[in-house]
Amino acid sequence: MAVTVNLTVNGAQHTVECEERTLLVQLLREHLGLTGTHVGCDTSQCGACVVHVDGESLKSCTMLAAQAEGANITTIEGLANGDELHPMQQAFHENHGLQCGFCTPGMIMSSVDLLKNNPTPSEQEIRHWLEGNICRCTGYHNIVKSIQACADKMKAA
Amino acid sequence: MYSFEYEKAGSVDAASQAIKSDDEAKLLAGGMTYIPTLKQRLASPTKVIDLAGLGDLSGISVSGGTVTIGAMTRHAAVANSAEVQSAIPALAKLAGGIGDPQVRNRGTIGGSISNNDPAADYPAALVGLGATVKTNEREIAADDFFTGQFETALNEGEIVTSVSFPVPEKAGYMKFPNPASRYAIVGVFAAKTGDGTRVAVTGAGEAGVFRVAEMESALGSNWSADAVAGVSVGQGDLNSDIHASAEYRAHLVTVMAKRAVAEAG
Ligand SMILES: Cc1cc2nc3c(=O)[nH]c(=O)nc-3n(C[C@H](O)[C@H](O)[C@H](O)COP(=O)(O)OP(=O)(O)OC[C@H]3O[C@@H](n4cnc5c(N)ncnc54)[C@H](O)[C@@H]3O)c2cc1C
Ligand code: FES
Ligand code: FES
Repeated sequence: MAVTVNLTVNGAQHTVECEERTLLVQLLREHLGLTGTHVGCDTSQCGACVVHVDGESLKSCTMLAAQAEGANITTIEGLANGDELHPMQQAFHENHGLQCGFCTPGMIMSSVDLLKNNPTPSEQEIRHWLEGNICRCTGYHNIVKSIQACADKMKAA
Repeated sequence: MYSFEYEKAGSVDAASQAIKSDDEAKLLAGGMTYIPTLKQRLASPTKVIDLAGLGDLSGISVSGGTVTIGAMTRHAAVANSAEVQSAIPALAKLAGGIGDPQVRNRGTIGGSISNNDPAADYPAALVGLGATVKTNEREIAADDFFTGQFETALNEGEIVTSVSFPVPEKAGYMKFPNPASRYAIVGVFAAKTGDGTRVAVTGAGEAGVFRVAEMESALGSNWSADAVAGVSVGQGDLNSDIHASAEYRAHLVTVMAKRAVAEAG
């Protein structure tokens, strides 16, 4: 059994044949080779797999690929503008917002969605927003600092 | 995951027929419970019928003292709705406290109540406000809808289409969340409505959401946090697990009830 899924990923159109049970994250990683999106859990709790679907952040491990028919998807690979990092990527880089980096793609995709909804979040609001993103390394402090730095920079720009 | 067929429902009736004609077919809403269930091979449906395309199942409307929320309305839409925030702020707050932003972007009210997880938030709001569940077959009072842990009054093939909440005079919701999942270890919804006072507890009961008559009558004569401070629930029917003992949950019910009433003002 198979389904055909037509979708746009990072601006490129794709038609993918996959099984009905294929998860969106599997389509991205295994069919399209976009391995920047990670899988960190089986329980929909860690957020390593967060991507944007039609402009909203969600967990690509908890959506069937078939449900993404016609969707416009952005993954971590689609954030930078050529060699120029997205301001959020740059902020994580400058503020040491990662250690092993496993959670980072999800953290960054989630944070970009936060600033879209709330361009000037308080520290408290940032911490609440990251409830669905688990990091086992950093203790979160530098992640929060990175997001604050990005928000400040984008406000100044 | 076991393999299954996937189908987008063309209409509520078609989805209902498909479920009735195949015992092993299953509905999919936001997938925030059902997809993890599939991933863990706890279910093996023949066919998954996705309600996502049915536009008439989602949306929020407020009229004549009633807030109506379509079954496929996402938690984030309820939390961010200016209409819900002004008519029943406690309901918007409850929706905004479910899980995390990504769960709220997908999870739906219809999926949450049909699943009736004993630690879910929405059941407390439905019972606490005396809401009415509308299905493709009938209307069901919230008090009759939740029949036990992961059990509801829904028949085979019956699909929730919307939930109507009467606007209360005041209402508050307070939960003590599980720090990992954000599900309620104990959540209390307290409301003063045209029909009287209601207090509904989620997270604590073995059989899911329940009302606390003694708190309701205490609040009926004196709407204040002090009125519930001395009322405690018995531990007999409460959950005891790695997260909290029945004794601790019983304690939290009183504390959360006080805070919910205080928040309602
Ligand atoms: C990490 C995480 C944290 C969470 N935290 C919380 C929390 O703090 N509080 C909380 O309350 N919930 C929480 N949830 C659950 C979330 O709120 C989902 O909304 C809920 O799991 C079910 O809604 P859904 O739309 O995703 O339904 P689905 O998972 O798609 O479906 C659930 C069940 O309901 C059935 N169903 C769906 N729609 C209908 C309908 N219209 N009529 C009849 N049957 C239907 C399906 O067949 C299925 O059996 C959490 C989930 C996750 C993954
Ligand atoms: S891999 Fe998706 S939430 Fe953990
Ligand atoms: S940097 Fe290692 S998990 Fe976050």
